[in-house]
Amino acid sequence: MELVCPAGSLPALKAAVDNGANAVYLGFKDSTNARQFKGLNFNDKRAAEGIEYAHKNGARVFCAINTFPQPQGWKTWTAAVDRAATLGIDAMILADMGLLDYAASRYPQIDRHLSVQGSATSYEALRFYKDNFGIRRAVLPRVLSLDQIRGLAKHSPVELEVFAFGSLCIMAEGRCYLSSYITDESPNTRGACSPAKAVRWQETSQGLESRLNGILIDRYGKGESAGYPTLCKGRFEVEGSVYHAIEEPVSLNTIDLLPQLQELGISAVKIEGRQRSPAYIADVARTWRQALDRLENSAAEFAVDPAWNATLAGLSEGGLTTIGAYHRKWK
Amino acid sequence: MLKLSLGPVLWFWSRQTVFDFYANAAEWPVDTVYLGETVCARRRELKLADWLEIAGVLKDAGKQVVLSTQTLIESEADLRLLRRICSQQDYLIEANDQSALQLASNNNLPFVTGPGLNIYNVATLKVLAKRGLKGWSLPVELGRETLIELIAELKAEGLDLPAEVFAWGFLPLAWSSRCFTARYYNLPKDNCEFRCLQHPDGLELRSREAQELFRLNGTSTLSGARYDLLRELPDMVAMGVDTVRLSPEHQGMAEVVQRFDQVRRGEIPYSDPLTVREAPPCNGYWYGQPGMDQRA
Repeated sequence: MELVCPAGSLPALKAAVDNGANAVYLGFKDSTNARQFKGLNFNDKRAAEGIEYAHKNGARVFCAINTFPQPQGWKTWTAAVDRAATLGIDAMILADMGLLDYAASRYPQIDRHLSVQGSATSYEALRFYKDNFGIRRAVLPRVLSLDQIRGLAKHSPVELEVFAFGSLCIMAEGRCYLSSYITDESPNTRGACSPAKAVRWQETSQGLESRLNGILIDRYGKGESAGYPTLCKGRFEVEGSVYHAIEEPVSLNTIDLLPQLQELGISAVKIEGRQRSPAYIADVARTWRQALDRLENSAAEFAVDPAWNATLAGLSEGGLTTIGAYHRKWK
Repeated sequence: MLKLSLGPVLWFWSRQTVFDFYANAAEWPVDTVYLGETVCARRRELKLADWLEIAGVLKDAGKQVVLSTQTLIESEADLRLLRRICSQQDYLIEANDQSALQLASNNNLPFVTGPGLNIYNVATLKVLAKRGLKGWSLPVELGRETLIELIAELKAEGLDLPAEVFAWGFLPLAWSSRCFTARYYNLPKDNCEFRCLQHPDGLELRSREAQELFRLNGTSTLSGARYDLLRELPDMVAMGVDTVRLSPEHQGMAEVVQRFDQVRRGEIPYSDPLTVREAPPCNGYWYGQPGMDQRA
């Protein structure tokens, strides 16, 4: 299985490659990808340097152009596809059907991967994307359980990549409009969920409050650790109860499932987190490399090194991890 | 004239409630009715045969009937139902994901797309037109300006693809395989005791400052405020919108339909406020603002 790591910057890309990533994925400095953060991502010059570095070290580079262009932005998005092609990218990660069509007709020789934002949750959906746009690989949504992935993998016409570690989206990606309902930006339109520009922190007599466009997302008592106010991970009130009504602030960690994922024929595991630091990327890539190498040596005797989970838990939101929907009980 | 459609029922209602609702709807001045369960595979008060029976009644009453497919397709059982829907020949399909696009187009069945299918540009519409697309819904997070450009580009391309706009009701904003109603009751999804039946218009989720943010509806999350574009109807007619969608609620729906009908006919001024059941209004998406905003 291939280890696919995020690169939000050139130092992060090098950290990923140096620590065993088989492929890195990056995006341009604009809304054409789903991690539009200030100070993050690549211009053409940095991307060229990154691609050269990765290729020299035997790693591939994927370019995420996985938001949904509207008429006024169409040329910016097709230009991103053109730029990625010119730069010599190994694969494009796309979600929008119009853009997939553009890439398939202009650059048939460059691999197309279906982004998780393309919301393919069945093999019939995968067939649709394969038949119409010739995708080679698809990244599966984090809402599927291992059993569901098994069913899908059995009939899949394309390679499959699954999320292994990092932030956990609990909604079907690519079809979640919660962020644009509260702010004016969503992953689909602007590549941003719960955008930083809308976040405010306030120390009050009742505790530390996090707000998103004025809406109270959470309030922390003394001793509670505060997390980024991703709107689906706040504490809200339903019929008088205050709780994490949608999801707790936890991260995804599937390292325990590696033998099963391999057995299902999964081609690649993906680390989330282009917004993370080079040091974080280095630690995560190194840990997963060790795990994948051990799996390679002997799948039958694969056992998770407690040190791996300690490292990964230390890097996770709230120090908590879950295997998420991969475990049926999660639901 | 601008057409009115009744979207699929997004909530979980009892079998009798659904039959009664559509018996009434047969008399309402709506042109199109979308039928079927689009949210959760566990909601089986009605079988496909029941939906087809309702479809027959509505067709006889002169409505165009469209069969809506499940938004999040996850299991082989989901696909089996989808295949059955996509193998009948009597009704148009509302495809709500790419699995439905695949099955409908492979069976040469004409289809339209629902608001949860991502259509953000004309290049996407052109791809789907080749596969049998007959009409499309604007995703709920897109607004007036984008729609004007989409319609203009379609015209320039010589494509006749009628546009539908979600114009009234709680906005479907997210789908998950996780159930938030079961979570509220501390029940596993697989043994949810069908608690959604107790909440025919969802569970209200508020901020700790009592702001109505969302409505939890099983595996789906809807807006806490009610989208209302009644006053925009004249503008939509001018833009070339074909249909506006009203999303079913179990009370007051006859009045809602009547009011939209009167406004589309120009019988009453569109500024006349529509007062139905308690919920804050919103229209932000239409103006390119946060969806929850209400522009005065």
